[in-house]
Amino acid sequence: MKQLMTGNDAMAEAAIQAGCRYYFGYPITPQNEFTAYMARRMPQVGGVFIQSESEIAAINMVMGAAAAGGRAMTSSSSPGISLKQEGISYIAGDQLPAVILNVMRGGPGLGNIAPAQGDYFQATRGGGHGDYRCIVLAPSTVQEGTELIQDAFDLADKYRNPVLILSDGRMGQMMEPVEFKPRPKAEMPPKDYILTGKKGRERRIIRSLYLKEPELEAWNKIIQEKLMKIEENEVRYETRMVEDADLVLIGYGTCARNSKEAMRTLREKGRKVGVFRPITLWPFPYTALSEVVKKARAALVVEMSAGQMVEDVYLAVKDTRPIFFYGRMGGQVPSATEIVQKAEKIFTEKL
Amino acid sequence: MQTTKSHPKSLFPVSTHYCAGCGHGIAHRLIAEALDELGVQDRTIGVAPVGCAVLMYNYIDVDTIEAAHGRAPATATGLKRVRPDCIVFTYQGDGDLAAIGTAEIIHAANRGEHFTTIFLNNAIYGMTGGQMAPTTLVDQKTETTPYGRKPSNEGFPIKACEMLATLDAPYYIERVSVATPAKIRRAKKAIFKAFNYQVEERGFTFVEVISTCPTNWGMSPPDAMKWSVEHMEKVFPLGVFRDKGAEKDRTETGADK
Repeated sequence: MKQLMTGNDAMAEAAIQAGCRYYFGYPITPQNEFTAYMARRMPQVGGVFIQSESEIAAINMVMGAAAAGGRAMTSSSSPGISLKQEGISYIAGDQLPAVILNVMRGGPGLGNIAPAQGDYFQATRGGGHGDYRCIVLAPSTVQEGTELIQDAFDLADKYRNPVLILSDGRMGQMMEPVEFKPRPKAEMPPKDYILTGKKGRERRIIRSLYLKEPELEAWNKIIQEKLMKIEENEVRYETRMVEDADLVLIGYGTCARNSKEAMRTLREKGRKVGVFRPITLWPFPYTALSEVVKKARAALVVEMSAGQMVEDVYLAVKDTRPIFFYGRMGGQVPSATEIVQKAEKIFTEKL
Repeated sequence: MQTTKSHPKSLFPVSTHYCAGCGHGIAHRLIAEALDELGVQDRTIGVAPVGCAVLMYNYIDVDTIEAAHGRAPATATGLKRVRPDCIVFTYQGDGDLAAIGTAEIIHAANRGEHFTTIFLNNAIYGMTGGQMAPTTLVDQKTETTPYGRKPSNEGFPIKACEMLATLDAPYYIERVSVATPAKIRRAKKAIFKAFNYQVEERGFTFVEVISTCPTNWGMSPPDAMKWSVEHMEKVFPLGVFRDKGAEKDRTETGADK
């Protein structure tokens, strides 16, 4: 049965249904509904909800809960996610699972509480100190948000790596029909690293400190080999009408929605336009995107930022095709009309 | 012949990397003895700090995780909430607990989290080379207070026990020292009591251990022990700041009437 829910509420319910029983968070707009939903639901399912003293504390609670074997998550919005980077680096360095939701807002600094995509670099390049990556998932509908947050817990457990979900103020606040589909329980590797007290086994240490250089390099190599496996196996994307497209619109999340709408308008006008939507921002679908754009004549990247994902598009496409960019900042969302205008300009002046 | 004292089971029979005259080794042993006596080594999880004691797991034989600087109480909160049957403790220094992690310790204590914090206060940053700690005494010279700590610029030493004792939730708060055999015996009792209260699921327990850093204080070990008694204990008086168990006992036995 479909229900009308906001992105924040629906994704919180989906996290519960994915078995998340430990939630730690600190209030920040525009993700507050998520935290409030967890506060209501966790006691009903025998879980733990703590409103932490800070985002830093919240992510370190997640780290402790993950170390003890719990399915744990935190959520926040851009400035709060900046605070969590210390903990995310430790979680990556400890090779622990964690799910972190970022309902992105305008920045830099305090910015505002409107939707934005200015945290792409932070999300896809590690974000904190040291060599690591988070798996980054970017839903573009509320329904997909509920599915990806459930996948996020499985991916985190499968790879013992932090998983970030990039939502935004609009995705979090808007209501859409949602259906919570029962999911088959995924096969997960045994949690043979968790701390439970050493009864009946060798004692365990969870750490990221390796004072001897060869040891730390070896530990880094283990992490990097794992990340390479993720790059091989977990790339996700969606394409729309790219087969005959002259111009490929590239956007994720909210920008993918508006790009699809622009594509329909442009198609009605006889312009051959397609859409490429990365679902995993890391690992980024470099190969698939490159193949799609090579078949077209040009690409137009649409973002709610000054141009961040566009750098990954360059890494994919290189100089084989011209890449154009249209971005809005400050919480402004590129409308379908604006995207159509930009595309028309490219068709008439550049192609 | 009867054995009256042996090496604790929870403590590896190795020599430590700590300097001569440092209090960490004594505190480690007291923790290990308490875990042994309570029979909880197999269900204990330690949270190691940033600083000299990050290698605590080389000495105390329990499941252990390293926390980020100051975050041990948050990490311990996550651990204990998932594993309420485990005995969880954080081991933290003065920079860790009373500077970078002030928020985490106050709020974990205020929630009455059911873990134990052992707080080593030696009035200086050890691992990083002797910088001012939040507990550095007025006029005490450190790498970053080369002319002595001046209240006009650096404020006054922070008193963790007194601060935490303003909160309602903590179950047990005591400050002890490891400077003399008699004080060590008292410290042992306090650490045992803190862990015992946790075994009994009473609430948050906290033991501050006035310790020494001869290397960064620039003193011999005996002089450091003496200095800690003569100077630190004046600012950080030893004693019980909260003991809800004892209050309860008094009420139950009618001692207050």
